[in-house]
Amino acid sequence: MTLRRLAALGPLLALLLAVAFFATQSPRFLTLGNFSLVAQQVTVVGVLAIGQTLVILTAGIDLSCGMLMALGGVVMTLLAGQSGMHPALAILAGVGTTTVAGLINGLLVTRITLPPFIVTLGTMNIAFALTQLVSRSQTVTDLPPLMTALGNTVPLLGTRVAYGTLLLLALFALAWWLLRETAAGRHVYAVGNNREAARLAGINTNRVLLAVYTVAGALYGVASLLAVARTGVGDPQAGQTENLDTVTAVVLGGTSLFGGRGLILGSLVGALIVGVFRNGLTLMGVSSVYQILVTGVLVILAVATDQWSRRST
Amino acid sequence: MRRWRVLGALLLTACAHATDEPGSIGLVTKTETNPFFVKMKEGAERTAAAQVIPLLSGAGRSDGDNAGQVAAIENQVAAGARVILISPSDAKAIVPTITRLRKEGVLVIALDSPADPIDATDGFFGTDNYRAGELIGAYAKARLGTTSPQAVTIDLLPGHPTGAQRHNGFLKGLGVATNDRASNENAAPPEVVCSGDSVGDQAKAQTVMENCLQRAPQVNVVYAINEPSAAGAWNALVKAGREKDVFIVTVDGGCRGVADVAAGHFAATAQQYPVRMAELGVLAGVEYLRSGKKPSGFTDTGVALVAGTKLPGVESLTVEEGAARCWGTK
Repeated sequence: MTLRRLAALGPLLALLLAVAFFATQSPRFLTLGNFSLVAQQVTVVGVLAIGQTLVILTAGIDLSCGMLMALGGVVMTLLAGQSGMHPALAILAGVGTTTVAGLINGLLVTRITLPPFIVTLGTMNIAFALTQLVSRSQTVTDLPPLMTALGNTVPLLGTRVAYGTLLLLALFALAWWLLRETAAGRHVYAVGNNREAARLAGINTNRVLLAVYTVAGALYGVASLLAVARTGVGDPQAGQTENLDTVTAVVLGGTSLFGGRGLILGSLVGALIVGVFRNGLTLMGVSSVYQILVTGVLVILAVATDQWSRRST
Repeated sequence: MRRWRVLGALLLTACAHATDEPGSIGLVTKTETNPFFVKMKEGAERTAAAQVIPLLSGAGRSDGDNAGQVAAIENQVAAGARVILISPSDAKAIVPTITRLRKEGVLVIALDSPADPIDATDGFFGTDNYRAGELIGAYAKARLGTTSPQAVTIDLLPGHPTGAQRHNGFLKGLGVATNDRASNENAAPPEVVCSGDSVGDQAKAQTVMENCLQRAPQVNVVYAINEPSAAGAWNALVKAGREKDVFIVTVDGGCRGVADVAAGHFAATAQQYPVRMAELGVLAGVEYLRSGKKPSGFTDTGVALVAGTKLPGVESLTVEEGAARCWGTK
């Protein structure tokens, strides 16, 4: 039990070690302003990672998250920027699009019982093509201020914090509470641990899976809005690496790829680890190739730790 | 048995029929979705239609997708293309495929990016990327005047020829130590105070610039590999309240990029002409199909500096002139 506890603390320990290391390397690293910056940089991947964590907890995987984010972003910016729709409605339409896409992922997984890897591989490609078609591969500019409001900052704790960062923290807190304190949350773990046992225990496993994919889709829509707010445009080229970036964050955060085990807050830590390394190595003036190298090593270490703690319990 | 003979006869007629045709031209871009290549494809389609030559087009899935390009070429040749116009995603990896096809009598012309070695293709029509870098570097030098440069470079990805040529050319124009045009490595003289890779992506470039502002607040000039990256850098500068004392130079000359120069977001951009590349490539292909004459060597399709403010001693187009010919459209 203690070993397992220790393994759960591993990601946090890795993050603190990285912070301590970079603090000794650059005087500019250990400032509130810099932390606020790293937090802003991980908002998009962080929110996507909440959805990805939910899916992985059910022993699935979602390869479509980045492309759905790009699709949602292009839909909402086209509607608000070019069709003149009220920005609030346009945002709802964008989030609605990704939510419906999530629902479709869920239906394919539960009704036709296809493996999540295959379903989301398919929807990833479809979402990419749709994104290019609706935008004609053109970046959407000239957005109303409401669409980019989440990128604005508010003074807090002696620095400026982006609204997007606050939204990220709120969503993680909500997901943490839902998974820990509600029956629905426990069902997500149960389905991921052993679907058949969950079914025999009276859980409607299909309904749980459908809910997970739909909620994940809605979160990708929120991530669309965050990405639009951050860059100030609707970018049809966005989302190309985010699917694997979120898997990296989830794995670094200690969630098992086999489902049923993991902490949602770990994924926030995992996203922060990647962000801290990118920021810290830039501050040190080290080539970005090393950042990729370090991330690769950390991913393998994280999965190895998961296996090791699994064996020792 | 009889069925096979019929099939064989049909195939023979099909082949005989194919040799009667002058053949078609195949265009293979890096991606279907980058606006630069969308324009290139439009230019090729227009010219081919005017010449009444069928044009097939294909692309890799993403920048760097060599296998996708190889498959596209093979399919086009199978469909009767006798000229291939290609923007190689991977300058070296594409060579074995195009060498094989050239032996079979297919004319291969590189557009935008050369193959490595450059004579692996029958001709290369494109931008001199080193020159493009030099132009914006010289502009940055003139704008800095007596101030010594403290440059941030937002680069493409490690080891990419286009990225390295623009980066090193920029430093050359800036008048600081750099690598020569054959190098695939980015020079890092002391005047470069911070660097990072954006892969040409706006959001990633913004992150690079934010981190670089932390590392090197003394920055006074930003070089960005392309206009989406420059837009990301601009966002970061605005958020940090530094847009007045730091200026950005970049490469592409797309319509949106020129508009960003006009708005004062970028000081200057080096404009390249993908439509002209496509037109010249298609015309060379048509000539080969009709007369068998092959092009050779590097044809520079030109690069021009587009600047918001003209500076003494640096030749540049105004934003109106740049907008009128952004990416070679009318």
